[in-house]
Amino acid sequence: MALLTAENVCFSYDKKGDVIKNVTLEVNEGEYIAVIGHNGSGKSTLAKLFNALLKPDEGTVTVDGFSSSDKKNLYEIRKRVGVVFQNPDNQLIASIVEDDVAFGPENLGVKREEIKERIDFALKAVGMEKYLKSTPSRLSGGQKQRIAIAGVLALKPKILVLDESTAMLDPQGRKEVLEVVKNLNKEQNVTVITITHYMEEVVDADRVYVIDGGKIEATGTPAEIFKDRALLERTGLELPLAAKIADKLISRGVPLKDGILTREQLAEALCAL
Amino acid sequence: MRDIAFGQYYPAKSFVHNMDPRVKILLSIAYIVAVFLVAPFHYLGFAACLLFVIIATLFSKVPFLRILKSIKAVLFFVILSAVLQIFFNTNGNLLWSWGIIKITDEGLFNAGFIVARITLIVMGASLLTFTTTPVELADGIESLMYPLKFIKFPVHDFALVMSIALRFIPTLIEETDRIIKAQKARGADFESGNIFRRAKALIPVLIPLLISSLRRADELADAMDARCYSGSDKRTRYKKMKITYRDVLGFLVVAGLITGVVFLNKFYILITVL
Repeated sequence: MALLTAENVCFSYDKKGDVIKNVTLEVNEGEYIAVIGHNGSGKSTLAKLFNALLKPDEGTVTVDGFSSSDKKNLYEIRKRVGVVFQNPDNQLIASIVEDDVAFGPENLGVKREEIKERIDFALKAVGMEKYLKSTPSRLSGGQKQRIAIAGVLALKPKILVLDESTAMLDPQGRKEVLEVVKNLNKEQNVTVITITHYMEEVVDADRVYVIDGGKIEATGTPAEIFKDRALLERTGLELPLAAKIADKLISRGVPLKDGILTREQLAEALCAL
Repeated sequence: MRDIAFGQYYPAKSFVHNMDPRVKILLSIAYIVAVFLVAPFHYLGFAACLLFVIIATLFSKVPFLRILKSIKAVLFFVILSAVLQIFFNTNGNLLWSWGIIKITDEGLFNAGFIVARITLIVMGASLLTFTTTPVELADGIESLMYPLKFIKFPVHDFALVMSIALRFIPTLIEETDRIIKAQKARGADFESGNIFRRAKALIPVLIPLLISSLRRADELADAMDARCYSGSDKRTRYKKMKITYRDVLGFLVVAGLITGVVFLNKFYILITVL
């Protein structure tokens, strides 16, 4: 059974126009899923539906067998689905890193000794163990966002949802965060759902959902999605930079193979010429 | 500008820094009581309080000059109350007069008394904020307010609000800086004109600041919910405050101070005679 399923989910904020329209999707344990769509496509609403911050008007969201429509399951779901939001400044609760990471386990009523273990584990997982006693306001954006991820990891979630978590970071910070997330997925077997409009973050995903106007327009591997130029055109999405360059080179007569998505693939293909 | 957020905390590893914040808060209150206990004309009591502050400062590794500088914040208040006493206290023996201004010996004594009282209180209180981080202070206050739970006062929520406010001070300062720059880039003038004009010029800063704070609050609430915050009693605490030998020692010293002040009040005449 899938770890997280959404079945025919509809949701609206004001009961007038649906922001999410009849969305059905499935996420299996250990997967790295990307949800892409341009601004206003309903992706952030989807993130909040995943961890029961919002309840679907119709349909069901089920996490590990717990339906979010039942109020009793609220904390069971939030324990399993950790969401990291866009602005790191608005997610950190305490003025000391370790206190902030402790916030989640404290809420769950975890014992003190175990909280200590969880803090060490979470800060190590994001490579911030040296900053245990630091103050968030002295850290860079990327570092702050890594602390926010650690704060969520301390809940020991099965699924990590990143809701545009790199959008406010500089390229260096974005790189730091992506590396941390990829590592968590590979080494700790944390299921990752990244919600983004940066195409570079999509190419490493196992599966991609394209969302537009609150509806799922397409799903497939990154290669399949980026091959469908008509779909990208329709949903207002761009190709990753490497794919764009490969495209232009091919149209100028450079004999490159199809399906180049990452910088590494492009470099390899160019060297092979 | 960022450092404002940490109050006037002076980072160091010292005897006083390592004391339990709850004990420090209580002892500070006891110290203020001791200062108030000193009766008029019994200046040896003040000397005892001053001696206590000096010894406590030595044990805190905070430079004494910093403690003295903290008086600056209340300097205006100190001078004002001294001047009022000197010029407008008409009781006691007349020493000097010029028109309606009459300076009496009692006025002078009272002025000195008030200055000593305020200065000593500020020095003691600032020693608390120099050696205790705002977070520790908030934790200490929460713990001390625990009994209020029984009259249904939301102690935990109150403490959380306090610590989140502290956490957001640097963020909001940065935000204010950014808005001021943005408004300056649009031609706003914050520097010229009289005080009313300048106050009015701040409106285009305050309104965006208010709106963005509300948005922040909304996002923070979501983030807290996402991390399973429910405000229930089942919540555990990671940080534990512990009373050590330092706190016992501090308690004994302050108890000694209060006894000393009371003793000096009673036996002052006896001492002067001897």
